[in-house]
Amino acid sequence: MKPAKFEYHAPETIDEALFLAAQYGDDARVIAGGQSLVPMMNIRLAQPDHVIDINNIGGLSYVREDGESVEIGALTRHHRIEKSSELMRLCPPLPAAARNIGHYALRERGTIGGSLALADPAAEFPLMAMLLDAGIMVRSTLGERVIHASDFFVSVFTTSLEPGEIVTGIRFRALAQGEGWGFRWLARRSGDYAIVNAAATLALDSGGRIGRIAMALGGVGATPVRLTALEQSAIGGETIGGWAGAIAAEAAVLVEPESDKNASAEFRKELIEVLLEKSLEDALARARGQAVV
Amino acid sequence: MSKVAIKLAVNGEMHEIFAEPRKLLSDVLREDLRLTGTHVGCEHGVCGSCTVQVDGAPSRACLIFAIQMQGREITTVEGLTPDEGLSPLQQALHEEHGLQCGFCTPGIITTFDAYLRENPDPSDDEIRKVLSGNLCRCTGYDSIVRAVKRAARMIREGAAE
Repeated sequence: MKPAKFEYHAPETIDEALFLAAQYGDDARVIAGGQSLVPMMNIRLAQPDHVIDINNIGGLSYVREDGESVEIGALTRHHRIEKSSELMRLCPPLPAAARNIGHYALRERGTIGGSLALADPAAEFPLMAMLLDAGIMVRSTLGERVIHASDFFVSVFTTSLEPGEIVTGIRFRALAQGEGWGFRWLARRSGDYAIVNAAATLALDSGGRIGRIAMALGGVGATPVRLTALEQSAIGGETIGGWAGAIAAEAAVLVEPESDKNASAEFRKELIEVLLEKSLEDALARARGQAVV
Repeated sequence: MSKVAIKLAVNGEMHEIFAEPRKLLSDVLREDLRLTGTHVGCEHGVCGSCTVQVDGAPSRACLIFAIQMQGREITTVEGLTPDEGLSPLQQALHEEHGLQCGFCTPGIITTFDAYLRENPDPSDDEIRKVLSGNLCRCTGYDSIVRAVKRAARMIREGAAE
């Protein structure tokens, strides 16, 4: 239960970090909160030759907004996101997601950039990145680019980050006036990754029909998924008796989860139906200004 | 990488030790600084017994390399214990039988010392949510929940005096 030897680097500027990341490439791992990397190092599932610690770099922990979007620095800890009044006002699914991550002490240290770069398919922020059309801002010595969430998650623990690239920030769509949201999950124990999680946003049009809808699922495959086709067919629909259950049932048909030691594919399909239905109902209630417990 | 000098501020005192960068904060606290109040259980962040405070924020000492902590303030259970007697949280854990073997207790004290500053009057549910990050195999948790409620009251009343 002790990590293998590595060389430690503690750059104080992002440029210095990018230089190190370029120099060591796949032999290096970036450590932010370390709440997933260090357990993997302790049990020697990860044995990087070089560890680049970005905790001493200023300017990577922030929450900014411009009304239409919110931008969060890669080194922003989950706890700060959970408590951010700006995010509660502009993008409340993010504090709700942060509150659900791991345990109190892990949230004090874990970071949003780390969560996305790890790319656990059942984790909270990858799900929200898919739901809220996140742009993941990454930098290398070659320059910077923004990767849309749908192009970022490639497989289990695998992203489209190139060697030498470091996540610096994430931009999420802010919710519009009158847009509601829902987030539901099932985990066997408090603090565990969800078996399945579901999130939705919903806004009604002037005629009281579905005007805008987004739905995402986690824990149902190698990456979190966005239900784009289903969203298209749901637009214009009425929100009367059984509407949410009908959409969720269609989702359970569309998505093909696999069986593993935590849950069978069949159970996951049941969870998709239940959790997405409740997420949609929560989103509708919030869109109507009702309180959701 | 061989041993390097690491300067650490722990419980208000500066220390300089020599350790490999891979040495975990939990091991440095126990082996180099002889602060054995920080307990090592699972060594992968699950059990909570090694929890210390980094700049006041509860953190798993087994998920931090000591070398990362230069320039930070570390507080262990020793640093939360008064010179004489017990802190309100320690006193309440004693009075409510919130411990038996005591292995998990330091992590519970470091965690709730921080949490009660953030939320001085928590509900049972809120306490249980936080306590879910600290495994206790003796008490069944109910007595710890009562102890945290009692400590919260003691701290609030103490502050009101």
